[in-house]
Amino acid sequence: MNRPIRIRGGRILDPARGIDRVQDLWLDQGRVAGLGEDAPAALRNRPDVEVIDATGAIVSPGLVDIHVHLREPGQEEKETIETGTAAAARGGFTTVACMPNTSPPLDDRPHVEYVVRRAREHGLARVLPIAAVTKGQMGEALTEIEDLVEAGAVAFTDDGKPVRNAEIMRRALELTRPLGVPIIQHAEDPDLKGSGVMHEGWVSTRLGLKGIPDAAESVMVARDALLAELTGGRVHVAHISAARTVDIIRRAKARGIQITGETTPHHLILTDEAVAGYDTNTKMNPPLRSSRDREALIEGVVDGTIDCLATDHAPHTDIEKDNDFDAAPFGIVGLETALGIYLKALVEPKHLSLSDLILRMTRKPLEVLGRAGGTLEAGFDADVTVFDPAQRWTVRASEFASKSRNTPFDGWNLSGRVLLTVVGGRVTYRAEAEARVS
Amino acid sequence: MIGHRKDLLGLEDLSAEEITSILDTGRTFREVLDRPIPKVPALRGLTAANLFFEASTRTRLSFELAEKRLSADTVNFQTSGSSVSKGETLRDTARNIEAMGIHLVVIRHQASGAPHYLARILNAGVINAGDGTHEHPTQGLLDIFTIREKLGRIDGLRVAILGDIMHSRVARSNIWGLTKLGASVTIAGPCTMMPAEVERFGVTVAKNVDEAIEGSDVVNILRIQLERQRAGLYPSLREYARVHGVTRERLRRAKPNVVVMHPGPMNRGVEIAQDVADGENSVILEQVTNGVAVRMAVLYLLAGQHAPAESATEATPTVEAVKR
Repeated sequence: MNRPIRIRGGRILDPARGIDRVQDLWLDQGRVAGLGEDAPAALRNRPDVEVIDATGAIVSPGLVDIHVHLREPGQEEKETIETGTAAAARGGFTTVACMPNTSPPLDDRPHVEYVVRRAREHGLARVLPIAAVTKGQMGEALTEIEDLVEAGAVAFTDDGKPVRNAEIMRRALELTRPLGVPIIQHAEDPDLKGSGVMHEGWVSTRLGLKGIPDAAESVMVARDALLAELTGGRVHVAHISAARTVDIIRRAKARGIQITGETTPHHLILTDEAVAGYDTNTKMNPPLRSSRDREALIEGVVDGTIDCLATDHAPHTDIEKDNDFDAAPFGIVGLETALGIYLKALVEPKHLSLSDLILRMTRKPLEVLGRAGGTLEAGFDADVTVFDPAQRWTVRASEFASKSRNTPFDGWNLSGRVLLTVVGGRVTYRAEAEARVS
Repeated sequence: MIGHRKDLLGLEDLSAEEITSILDTGRTFREVLDRPIPKVPALRGLTAANLFFEASTRTRLSFELAEKRLSADTVNFQTSGSSVSKGETLRDTARNIEAMGIHLVVIRHQASGAPHYLARILNAGVINAGDGTHEHPTQGLLDIFTIREKLGRIDGLRVAILGDIMHSRVARSNIWGLTKLGASVTIAGPCTMMPAEVERFGVTVAKNVDEAIEGSDVVNILRIQLERQRAGLYPSLREYARVHGVTRERLRRAKPNVVVMHPGPMNRGVEIAQDVADGENSVILEQVTNGVAVRMAVLYLLAGQHAPAESATEATPTVEAVKR
């Protein structure tokens, strides 16, 4: 068993309970034991407590990312559960939900159980598997939803592809409704997307790259909102990229429809202008959109239309990404840069308070999955992230814990250095003192 | 040199002065082509590789001829969707080029931005011979060269570009080049083939072909690809010809000495009527001849950056050497 931990002198930020004060955080037996004097006296007097100094730093509930591609099983050249969760730990994440578009996909009990077991054996973060909605993610036959939930699936998605067939989407929403788990939709009309590789607009026109109109996303979100209304089921929209999508979700929520959404670091900080040099690390799906879309996403995050933040961490090898733009795969890694990018996109320009950012990276994503946690309240899992929001650091893709290096942020100077990550009372990442300054 | 450039990737990147200097150099080479022995030693000792990842006849021949007229050594590489994925081919080809000590690379590729990829990783100069639906800068230059030869200027001219603007690299290069040199460009074509926010090129979008042709000095007619019909972008060739085809009748709206251009290969009777293609205003074959001269100019100007190190002074071509 790990020794008890006292995280001393940090600024405790627990937005789920509205706490923001300097205090010690005590962890014991894998759980939060209490704050300051509230921790049991017997614990505070123990001689074997490991003291970790957090003076000047933020101590927050462990960060949660509900959109991560761990690539295992089947694509271990890109990422494994071990390296993906190491990247999570390095980025301050204590819980990640992993996407089922592995090979084979997570569409039956053995494969979901495999992920759960591998994560227990090798994981440096809690791994919540998300299972496929349809067998083989082929969009035709539903998976065994109840069996998969029993095996540990926390949500269902065919991510990478949409659930295209409205009838199948309807039935999936009906079957998941009593279980309280959402269907996560990769909203994209495949016909409207066609062979597009970037946002359709002036930049795609100039570069001669095939565009993906924002409507490719929005039309499907509009459909899904109506299906959620019809069924009473719960839809979560993955990686929202377009202003029109934000508008649809805002209206749907106002009508009482159970629809939630997430967006990503890159959609909040970059626009399609970043594609101008044909850098394949700016190729992702959905694509980087216009500055008008980016502004609408920020508004959506601020007013809560977009419930939570996620990375869509999508590792690909250098060999795949080192290519012409059309041939390269979609996606970038995000776990090790997310916090810094969010601070830069949302907190530094004062769109959000630090506390509101943490809420959207901890409690909110867990709420989307219908799960408890995301707080430093005594008795909850000892999942903690300590970071210094003011400390500057430089992104070095070559130093990533992830197997993959596909980031457009290499060389960026960011604020917000993760100092310590703790999962269930176990330290999963600790910044080396000399690496802090850049 | 074109500025201090290593590569020619698109006309978007060039200034009006750089374009004009290429056109002026092109005129010198155009005269060379009329000599009994149309060959100069300007690029002796340099090696050019023509990499064609996409089928092409005239552009490849034109470049090869331009290289030979300049006394460069040439090697050709052609592929059409072999078993190797195109990405592997491109990277491996780049490595081979480095290993073979090639100075200038001419690349035609189906992916927009592929020449930019090569330019980033190669020390050799890279010339874009058409990348996807992005640019075809030497075609743009030869079109502008031909207009200037015919009408004596570019500034103030009204140029109509007609057809599938969205998928046309010829249109993009023409638009950049012509607008930089002061022409006013009007485009027209099916709405399904008008790219998003196209007016931001600084062009006027006409309601239809007739409106675009009205009062124009130049009419440049783009090739319509048959596969666009399969993609549902136009209903049939018959409909295309009826609505967008340039006929003698339609051409009456232009100025009397209008210059009619087509980058080829033509679909006679579809985007261009037979009697327009072969009519007295057509400069389509002159475009082909001028293409060799303009490509010689581009090769020559870029070669200044890539002269063999050991004999730089001897081999670096000068305009005097060319003119002699």
